[in-house]
Amino acid sequence: MSAGAPVPTRAVVAALIRKDLRLELRTRKSVPAMLLFSISTFVLFHFGLDARSLEGDMAAGVLWVTLLFASVLAINRLFVAEREEGGFDGFLLAPVDRTALFLAKATVLFCFLVAVELAAVPAFAVLLLEPSALPGLPELCLLLLLADAGIAVVGTLVGALAVQTRARDLIVPLLALPLMIPVVIAAARGTAPLWLEAGAEAVPGRWPAILGLYDLVFGLLAYAVFDYLLDE
Amino acid sequence: MNRHTFSRGLVPLSIASVVLLVGGFAMVFLYAPSDADQGFVQKIFYLHVPLAIVALVGFVAGGVYGIRFLRSGDRLHDLRSYVAIHISLILAVGALVTGSIWAKASWGQWWVWEEPTLVSFLIVFLLYACYQPLRFSIEDPDRQARYAAVFAVVGGAFVPLNFMAVRAAESLIHPRVLSTTGGTMPGSMRITFVVALAGMAVMFVTLCKYELTSKHASFQLRALKRRLAGEDDGWVPVRRSAAPQL
Repeated sequence: MSAGAPVPTRAVVAALIRKDLRLELRTRKSVPAMLLFSISTFVLFHFGLDARSLEGDMAAGVLWVTLLFASVLAINRLFVAEREEGGFDGFLLAPVDRTALFLAKATVLFCFLVAVELAAVPAFAVLLLEPSALPGLPELCLLLLLADAGIAVVGTLVGALAVQTRARDLIVPLLALPLMIPVVIAAARGTAPLWLEAGAEAVPGRWPAILGLYDLVFGLLAYAVFDYLLDE
Repeated sequence: MNRHTFSRGLVPLSIASVVLLVGGFAMVFLYAPSDADQGFVQKIFYLHVPLAIVALVGFVAGGVYGIRFLRSGDRLHDLRSYVAIHISLILAVGALVTGSIWAKASWGQWWVWEEPTLVSFLIVFLLYACYQPLRFSIEDPDRQARYAAVFAVVGGAFVPLNFMAVRAAESLIHPRVLSTTGGTMPGSMRITFVVALAGMAVMFVTLCKYELTSKHASFQLRALKRRLAGEDDGWVPVRRSAAPQL
């Protein structure tokens, strides 16, 4: 590339995503921990609720609360390498659009969540779900993807907010959990009819709609304010 | 530091809030009729609802000042945002307590999960309760102001979205006193409520102005002390604090 020509944002985002995914593949810091955490939590719920299997509201709630807590683990670490290894400085010195970092990090977090769910949701079905064949798979996938997008956007924002504070481990869950309550409400209520004992029912359309609206609002908002979280 | 007259209008505002609040509560007990259904306990409505509305508006106002701070970099906006959220948090505690008392009196339980407005209010409160810890855990004052503003903006947008999601999730047993159809409040109740709401709003503004004035006065005092001691007027934070320092 000739000197002075601006690098297209798409290329920057792609490079950052490649960097983070390669880092994860080599160090395996986030995804295995999230997965182990999810499965331990399913076991905990089994004993805590003293239930051999779950269905309906209860099953949806257990799955979504577990996934949300697991996502906090990834959010905690999302920007740690940037801060400790000087990645922020390097990024800020580069003549690139700053929101590229937000887009890349949100995409990476989204990928982590999808990777965890690919294993955690089947594990949940085997361990705890009453109709263990995962009925209503397409609807479930839609809800999972919409909720993942919301968690990724808000998680990236919270992670960037918290990484510069002195109490990162404390700030992330304290901020992220209330912010994600709408995600849990919509995702759990949307998933519950799929796992009824009497057989799957249709998902009411308002739950995917609320998730979509949440993704849109927080996506635009995070895109607008992310610049201010990076230091000059 | 340029001179800002935060104290301007503080006396008339204080008088107005005392008059409106005392007058409002006098109307609550002497003028407004007792609710046919709930009787005397319904009168807590004139305290609970204004507290909640003013607290929510205050949170959103904190977000608006957050935007203005991010756009202008003027630290006074950061101070305003901080004060608005601070006072709103205190009112929010009041709204939660009075809501709980009302729930106990009229539904027989201290906490009712089927009540979307109360539940969303609790969620908003939990979020904003992290505002001060967040500020406190950031040492660099510039970064503290910027991050707090980002938090205020996100929180301000979260308030309506959260209310929508919670409301969609629950049945509606909360009285919709402010619905677009006008509800079924008789005129005397409506007037009393408007006076109580206005009193609460004016009190909120007054309290905000008091806190701004007090903070500003202590900043000025410190600057004067430093000048007296012959130090240069380079800005140095005295100690780590959650409050913005000018």
